[in-house]
Amino acid sequence: MSSISVPGAVPVPESRKERENYLNIQHTVASWLLTLDHKRIAILYLLGITFMFAIGGAAAAGIRIALVRPHDTFFSNEVYNKLFSIHGIVMVFFFLVPSIPAVFGNFALPLMIGARDVAFPRLNLLSWYLYMTGSFLMLLAIIFGGVDTGWTFYTPYSSVYSDTNVSLVIFGVFIAGFSSIATGVNFLVTIHKMRAPGMTWFRMPLFVWAMYATSIIMILGTPVVAITLFLVAMERIFGFCVFNPVCGGDPLLFEHLFWFYSHPAVYIMILPSMGVVSEVIACFSRKRIFGYEFVGFSSLAIALLGFLVWGHHMFVTGESMYSGMVFSLISFLIAVPSAIKVFNWSATLYKGNVWLSAPMIYALGFIGLFTIGGLTGLYLASLAVDVHLNMTYFVVAHFHYVMVGGAIFGFMAALHFWWPKMTGRLYPESWAKLAALIMFIGFNLTFFPQFILGYLGMPRRYHYYLPEYQAWNILSSAGASVLAVGYIIPFCYLLWSLFKGAPAGNNPWGAVGLEWTLPSPPPSHNYDEVPIVTWEAYDYEPVIQAELAGAAVSHPLMTTEEPYIKETE
Amino acid sequence: MELPIIPPAASTFANEVDHIFYTLVGLTIFFTTLVFCLLIVFVVRYHRGSKANRANRSFGNLPVELTWSIIPGIIGLVIFAWSARPYAEAYNPPADAQEILVIGKRWMWHLQHADSGIRENNELHIPVGKAIKLTMISQDVIHGFYVPAFRVKRDCLPGYYNTVWFIPTKVGKYPFYCTEYCGTNHSKMGGFVYVMTPADYLQWKENGGNMEVAHRETAAERGYDLFNKYGCANCHASEDGVHGPTLNGLYGSKVVLQNGQTVTVDDNFIRQSIVNPDSVRVAGYPPLMQAYSVGDGPGQLSEEEILELIAYIKSLGGQNLRTLKTTTSSATQPSKGAGGK
Amino acid sequence: MSTVELEHPTFAPQHVGHQFEELEQQNDAYIVGIWIFLVTEIMFFGALFLALTIYRYNYATAFEEAHNALNWKLGMLNTFILLTSSFFMAMAVRAKTLDIRSQTKMWLGLTLLCAFGFLTVKYFEYSAEIREHHFPGPTFRWEAPSKANVEANTPLVQMSEAPKGIAGLGNYTPQPIEHHAHQLFFSLYFIMTGLHGLHVLVGILVLGCLWVLIAVKHPAVEDYIPLEIGGIYWHFVDIVWIFLYPLVYLIGRQ
Repeated sequence: MSSISVPGAVPVPESRKERENYLNIQHTVASWLLTLDHKRIAILYLLGITFMFAIGGAAAAGIRIALVRPHDTFFSNEVYNKLFSIHGIVMVFFFLVPSIPAVFGNFALPLMIGARDVAFPRLNLLSWYLYMTGSFLMLLAIIFGGVDTGWTFYTPYSSVYSDTNVSLVIFGVFIAGFSSIATGVNFLVTIHKMRAPGMTWFRMPLFVWAMYATSIIMILGTPVVAITLFLVAMERIFGFCVFNPVCGGDPLLFEHLFWFYSHPAVYIMILPSMGVVSEVIACFSRKRIFGYEFVGFSSLAIALLGFLVWGHHMFVTGESMYSGMVFSLISFLIAVPSAIKVFNWSATLYKGNVWLSAPMIYALGFIGLFTIGGLTGLYLASLAVDVHLNMTYFVVAHFHYVMVGGAIFGFMAALHFWWPKMTGRLYPESWAKLAALIMFIGFNLTFFPQFILGYLGMPRRYHYYLPEYQAWNILSSAGASVLAVGYIIPFCYLLWSLFKGAPAGNNPWGAVGLEWTLPSPPPSHNYDEVPIVTWEAYDYEPVIQAELAGAAVSHPLMTTEEPYIKETE
Repeated sequence: MELPIIPPAASTFANEVDHIFYTLVGLTIFFTTLVFCLLIVFVVRYHRGSKANRANRSFGNLPVELTWSIIPGIIGLVIFAWSARPYAEAYNPPADAQEILVIGKRWMWHLQHADSGIRENNELHIPVGKAIKLTMISQDVIHGFYVPAFRVKRDCLPGYYNTVWFIPTKVGKYPFYCTEYCGTNHSKMGGFVYVMTPADYLQWKENGGNMEVAHRETAAERGYDLFNKYGCANCHASEDGVHGPTLNGLYGSKVVLQNGQTVTVDDNFIRQSIVNPDSVRVAGYPPLMQAYSVGDGPGQLSEEEILELIAYIKSLGGQNLRTLKTTTSSATQPSKGAGGK
Repeated sequence: MSTVELEHPTFAPQHVGHQFEELEQQNDAYIVGIWIFLVTEIMFFGALFLALTIYRYNYATAFEEAHNALNWKLGMLNTFILLTSSFFMAMAVRAKTLDIRSQTKMWLGLTLLCAFGFLTVKYFEYSAEIREHHFPGPTFRWEAPSKANVEANTPLVQMSEAPKGIAGLGNYTPQPIEHHAHQLFFSLYFIMTGLHGLHVLVGILVLGCLWVLIAVKHPAVEDYIPLEIGGIYWHFVDIVWIFLYPLVYLIGRQ
């Protein structure tokens, strides 16, 4: 493997290697653990969520191993129930919710709007400590024997009957929730108050719109789930009466309160990825996103409508059929802004100048897989069909298509897109494309059979199943092993690139955006002088015209001293 | 190794659900293919270095935006309406539906045929072509009753009755599952529904079902025994309503509560009247009724017993039920055949 | 003093965070930040108010009886204490904008005193309720309503005597009523007032720190904004109580 992955690139001058940046400015542990630099906090988050992802992934491996056989499996019922609970809780609360906002929101958002940091750097550091504390409590709970309530903590099972470490997990999630709230507050104020002069709302990158919408959901929804889980803990620890029907409580009240957050939570998980996809598609089509205003507003629409559909998780609880109809109707409507985005991204490619880099492959994968995932959501929004499909593997397949095929592909796109900026290194492009392909294939092999299993009627959270479902389960587990390979490969080459990767310049992608005007890695204080923005977002016209004419690119955002690395594959 | 794709469709509901499902599959294939093709075609055609025509690049187009917003919106609304109808219908069982009382507990299902009193565990024998109504409650946590072949599912809640109904259309043996996670043996909590020809079902019923002891009492008859055993008759037997409200003709009627609310007397209301009477006390009556504790211990009422009491009270006549003559002032014997057949 | 002077008081150069271009941007950011934080608090308490409302609708009688057992007089005292403390807080912020340190410390000190008073009253209230076995959990016991309350809830039909057993069916006499929805009320009561009390405690810590910083002339509080933020938080704590007290203690009381 050659150290320079892009042939024809101009070698980076020696002087650049000693330039001071946010990574090498101080090396002590204290300088990391007490940092106020949003970029370092982003890296700290990246380490945390990667570790938690590994934990959640290990639990997933356990699940898929267990499901190879319809009975007499490797694990007991108790262990299996803990595996899927831990998988869900860790992946939702400790990986997906923080992932893009805490890593790339923290890293790139201030850079993209021309700010020197977020509005409240100390609050930012506190949010990381809250996240780590919550994660630590979760790990403690796993070590002490795990939890078996499912990530949904339905009462009265969780508050009265389960004899696992429910309260410890609840406190972990509760504290991590405040990390989320702190991040949301920080981003909202940052976006409102710290945009560079000249950067109006409609000149902001769409990733910033996405972070804004995500932050709204974070601050409105998270407190509700926090207090709801707190009530469960009170019932469990002190014997209070809140949801236990024996003393007059209503378990369905728990469901309403829980889903009031947990449905918008899925939009917390997907909107940032959508923002990343906008950035990547624009950059690698060399074209402004088609329908910029529509895409921006659709993020807000999804955030707001997302609070009105929680009842679609409860169609079979016996809730009033009229409320069921209202929730179903709005659930169909919320598909429209997502459709708007998918079509606008596709239209961006039209007459663009497309470069199929690794981030672009992940972004395109996102669009395809999110389309499937989103469309299968309509089955579940559809009342009569949901009666059949609810709580089956169809739901599992649906949300993995949007969470993995969508959110995680978006995360990988962001990781590869901003990796050069964050680390000052280029990763090996061929390996990256290979890994993306493996991930795509493994993912579909794992989860597509689950649509079929769901329609057949195989319930979720089932350790034992009818023997006739075994073939599909084996296929799914085989796919999972391929998917695992797809995750491990990037971990390896990204780590490798930290030591052996080619040095990256300011703008290896030739992207248009404020963050690409800074050196890679950026200096601690970001901008020597706060830029004054006089151009529209995604001003790729000069770039695409130069490329089509075969001329050198000249753009106010691209300094001439910096070699612009052309892709020559 | 089998590779099943389509589950059997064995109820009227199933056919409707399948029609909507396959339409959605068609739409999914269409839009997925559309998006994939667009992406692949554009990426290939406009790949850097290609000689495609890139003149007149556009960055927005209102008519196009409106088109691809409104059309999916309309499709969604159509599917919504189409799907809402069978869903609503599932909330309105026909008056002559055969009632099955279902109690879910960790980790098994108790079922009782209200009309014959036959009890089954983890099995349900029903005749084809007849409307079946399940009245369900849980003894502990939230469970769910799901028959994939019927495309029917309803949560089984503690402390609250849920009902669901269907008409099976094909004779056969169909699995049913618990579909709301309930602990260790959640995935073992299920069984089979046996849909039988009317003749076979009649014979099965005559033989007392699978019970070794032929309990020939209907649920209402059992309820009558409980009504006396637990002292309900002391206050509720008389028709003058002085001690407690008369129960004749009560089921299905509307009553005014102490706080001014008007409610319909349904299964849930009667259950509340037994386990927490103060919360649904009818206006004009003093707070004198004891709340009965629910459970399997001595002196407690089990969920099954409450269901049987409700069956008895239904048999005393009311809205939507056959009216009965009541001639004496002592507790009325349930009429044979009341409770729906 | 003209309003212009109040809005832009003169004081020594402030420490502006490196992420901000100027003091005004920093002040704006802090103010917007605290308001957004308050929105999250509204959602936090809101869920509890919702639960209370729903259960109150379902168990009107039990909730009414249960809340009659609360000490509304102590609750009223606490309401006055908090309202007064909000007044003191507003005066403290005003004094700070006028840069009169001695007055700021005095008003802030009085606010803190009120806060301590609130918690003290709460302590007595809780102690009494715990003694009466109204703390939810295994120790919870609801006694039959006192004579006063029974008379207050006069039923429309008076029973002159308990019904005798009906011949042939045994001698069954009605037993005292079990009121398990009362525990539901008290669970919510303790959680809501407890959480509110926790916010008062946090307020004491925050305002206490501000008091100390102001007393030692720490540069961080040269500007009035930190105190303004503390004040906004404190007023919010007060507003939550203004909603809590009537809803929990007063509505439906005879």
